[in-house]
Amino acid sequence: MFETVIGLEVHTQLNTQTKLFCSCATSFDQRANLNTCPVCLALPGALPRFNRSVLHKAVSFGTAVDATINRVSHFDRKSYFYPDSPSAYQITQLYTPIVEHGRLEIEPKDADSKIIRINRAHIEADAGKNIHDDSRSKVDLNRAGTPLLEIVSEPDMRSTEEVTLYLKKLHSIVRYLDISDANMQEGSFRVDVNVSIRPKGDDKLYTRVEIKNINSFKFITKAIEIEVERQIDAWEDGVYDEVIVQETRLFDQAAQVTRSMRGKEDSADYRYFLEPDLLKVVVDDEMYESAIEIPELPDAKRARFIDELGLSPYDASVLTSDLYMANYFESMVEDGAGAKMSCVWLSVELQGRLDSSLEESLVDAPKLALLVKRIEDKTISAKAAKEVLDHLCSSKIGVDEAIDKLGLKQISDSSAIEAIVNDVLSANQDKVEQYRAGKDKLFGFFVGQVMKASKGSANPQSVNEILKREL
Amino acid sequence: MKLREALKLDSSGIAKLKDELRAKVDNSLLNAFISLDEAGDGVPIAIKDNIQVKGWSVTAGSKILQGYISPYNATVIDKLKGAGLCAFGRTNMDEFAMGSTTESSYYGKTLNPHDNSCVPGGSSGGSAAAVASGEAIAALGSDTGGSIRQPAAYCGIVGMKPTYGRVSRYGLGAYASSLDQIGPMTQDVEDAALLYDIISGYDQNDSTSADVEYESVVDKLDGNRVLNIGITPSHLENAAPQIQKAYKKAVKALKDAGHNIVECTLLDPKYDISAYYITATAEATTNLARYDGVRYGRRAESDTLEQLYINSRSEGFGDEVKRRILLGNFVLSSGYYDAYYIKAQKVRRVIKDEYAKLFEKVDLILSPVAPTTAPKFGALSDPLQMYLSDIYTIGVNLAGLPAISLPVNKDEDTLPIGLQLIAAPYDEQTLFDGALSLERALETL
Ligand SMILES: [Zn+2]
Repeated sequence: MFETVIGLEVHTQLNTQTKLFCSCATSFDQRANLNTCPVCLALPGALPRFNRSVLHKAVSFGTAVDATINRVSHFDRKSYFYPDSPSAYQITQLYTPIVEHGRLEIEPKDADSKIIRINRAHIEADAGKNIHDDSRSKVDLNRAGTPLLEIVSEPDMRSTEEVTLYLKKLHSIVRYLDISDANMQEGSFRVDVNVSIRPKGDDKLYTRVEIKNINSFKFITKAIEIEVERQIDAWEDGVYDEVIVQETRLFDQAAQVTRSMRGKEDSADYRYFLEPDLLKVVVDDEMYESAIEIPELPDAKRARFIDELGLSPYDASVLTSDLYMANYFESMVEDGAGAKMSCVWLSVELQGRLDSSLEESLVDAPKLALLVKRIEDKTISAKAAKEVLDHLCSSKIGVDEAIDKLGLKQISDSSAIEAIVNDVLSANQDKVEQYRAGKDKLFGFFVGQVMKASKGSANPQSVNEILKREL
Repeated sequence: MKLREALKLDSSGIAKLKDELRAKVDNSLLNAFISLDEAGDGVPIAIKDNIQVKGWSVTAGSKILQGYISPYNATVIDKLKGAGLCAFGRTNMDEFAMGSTTESSYYGKTLNPHDNSCVPGGSSGGSAAAVASGEAIAALGSDTGGSIRQPAAYCGIVGMKPTYGRVSRYGLGAYASSLDQIGPMTQDVEDAALLYDIISGYDQNDSTSADVEYESVVDKLDGNRVLNIGITPSHLENAAPQIQKAYKKAVKALKDAGHNIVECTLLDPKYDISAYYITATAEATTNLARYDGVRYGRRAESDTLEQLYINSRSEGFGDEVKRRILLGNFVLSSGYYDAYYIKAQKVRRVIKDEYAKLFEKVDLILSPVAPTTAPKFGALSDPLQMYLSDIYTIGVNLAGLPAISLPVNKDEDTLPIGLQLIAAPYDEQTLFDGALSLERALETL
């Protein structure tokens, strides 16, 4: 039996206005090479200038994962030739990273909880992009010099489940801290996976293979499974030492294989040394104090939702997995909507109707809260509310306006319901007699007739009560 | 015409001065200038080919930067403009400032105005020759291991290297980031102080520039201060007899001027050489990695990306640059890093501490600049011989100190000899005061 050993390197793009070492903007949907200057083009004589807002974000992150914050850290040059790296070295932090020795707690299904150690998180500059078309290669340096926080875990994960839990936790933390957009598809949360296998019980670490280029949680799981299978096959075929070498492989989504990546990683010696163009990075007391003041994190929020709002652990986890959703939910509760109803209407009803993200939905928190309150104050039935929500999702109409327009207002006024009941009973004298003679099943028929006559707007509870009395 | 006189000229006077300079350069055989580019109005200052001037082809004397036009001004160029001066002509230099003779320039050698069979020194040889021959009234150079002071000494002018961090490096094509400084090259000490004042001061674009309040040195320039001046007799053994003779002459002049002479010893310069060449080449190898033919400069024909890199760099760099890139890669490679680079940084710290201790006792140190006068062309073709000729200048760069080279034998019928005064970090005021005093004392000797 084999055990899988997995460590992760996550590159998360920090959401600063300007780049790490120059004042170019960090927006990317621009004409190629528009956001560039002598510094990020590495023209002769240009020098880097550290954007200190990055430091604040890194310290906040370190605080969130219970890490050591190095009040003095350094930048180093990592040398390699590639067209997306204009200076042919990346400015990073090898020898003294800003954040070290952190930890993150995950809760796998068959265990109480597990600590995944974080080796380090360091600040570094992103590369540009190479674009290949038919016969030419082009370079777009708009992204070159964008700040990254590279978060490196220890090889503490043993399954794809643990990997997913760790990544989801990490992802929600950076989002809660608001230090990154952490959008996997757009590349602002990039995951490299280090995978090795070993016989169960062995505590030696075997050859690790790095897999790059995976842009969704689903594909990460798939890539690991495929790579582990390759390694186990090699072991069982007795060719492990020849076939499994320390290398970088790319995950090919279409072919569902990992492929050896030749080129810049080939037997690389990065020749790291202290960056002489920058001073040491010092976190002064003032910045430290302000950066460790971090907002409530997912775990704390989840506990509060359970303890104070009475949600189930499952519901609390769903709501807190995403900061926007958690805030949306809290705002509904603050508006006076009940917690459990808000949870259902947000996480089941609204989410189920969305084609895109919650952020883009036409139904904002005040609207959904009002809809929930209209159910709670019996203005409409839950069934009618679903119809209203359908309507709210597709047009910019208000909640009460939609209820009116759809004629879904519930009639709770008993005299109005009595009038309808009497009409129904006098129109169906024969059935009344049969019922009174003992045919109880007809009760449902009368309810249906009354609801039909009221176009569904009668409060079903009142209808029941009045019918029983009149019959 | 001195710089301080030129600064008093009206615009027609400046125009006339520029005409005269153009005529001199046109008729010159020295090859001090690569080209006589101009950038705006003002008193003309010659600029070493590694300082960025917007719109100029700035090439660091290299083939690999042929075709590159700088889109921005170095901070020193903006400062010149702000003070009513302007960049006027690109001066020749050793390729990427790596050399002591200016022979490694892509544009051919520059001749020493005092003897055309001799080198002008380097790497700022073009700037030194231009000022010495009157083709420029003053120039900017850069000094990584003596590249201002040594050519100044060989050509008989004043060359000053500021404290590391005094003058912004923004826009100086980097050789070795922790050692490079831009400095003035002028006809005398007062002009040097004047130009130094103009280009100095904190610059947020250079993180290593010193964030301290800048005080003008010219305003307080005082040649009558009595100073404690350290001399280093044991250090002289490596110098030629005529250098030793000039040194003694300078000591006498300083004594006669009333200064206290204090005998000191310095660390064996062999440590300087090792620490310097390891540090400088490690930094240089990464600083020059950007010259790859991909984005700018000269690109060699090639079918693959790898060939593009190999061909562009093989064809674009000269031998000395390649040698230093190889050396730098070697000292940084894994397995050697601790033995070389880390050790060199420790030695550097020791050298710095050594100087700091000396400056507790003395205000200035008097030292040779080079072990000989300007050698003949080709005489320093053995690289090791060339590296050893730097023994008197590189300690100053390793310790980040300010120093000024000035001529001490102007009247004699030989090649010029320069000596240097060295001061404590940021004590340029004392450096210029002492240099002015020595300059005057030598005149009356
Ligand atoms: Zn930029």
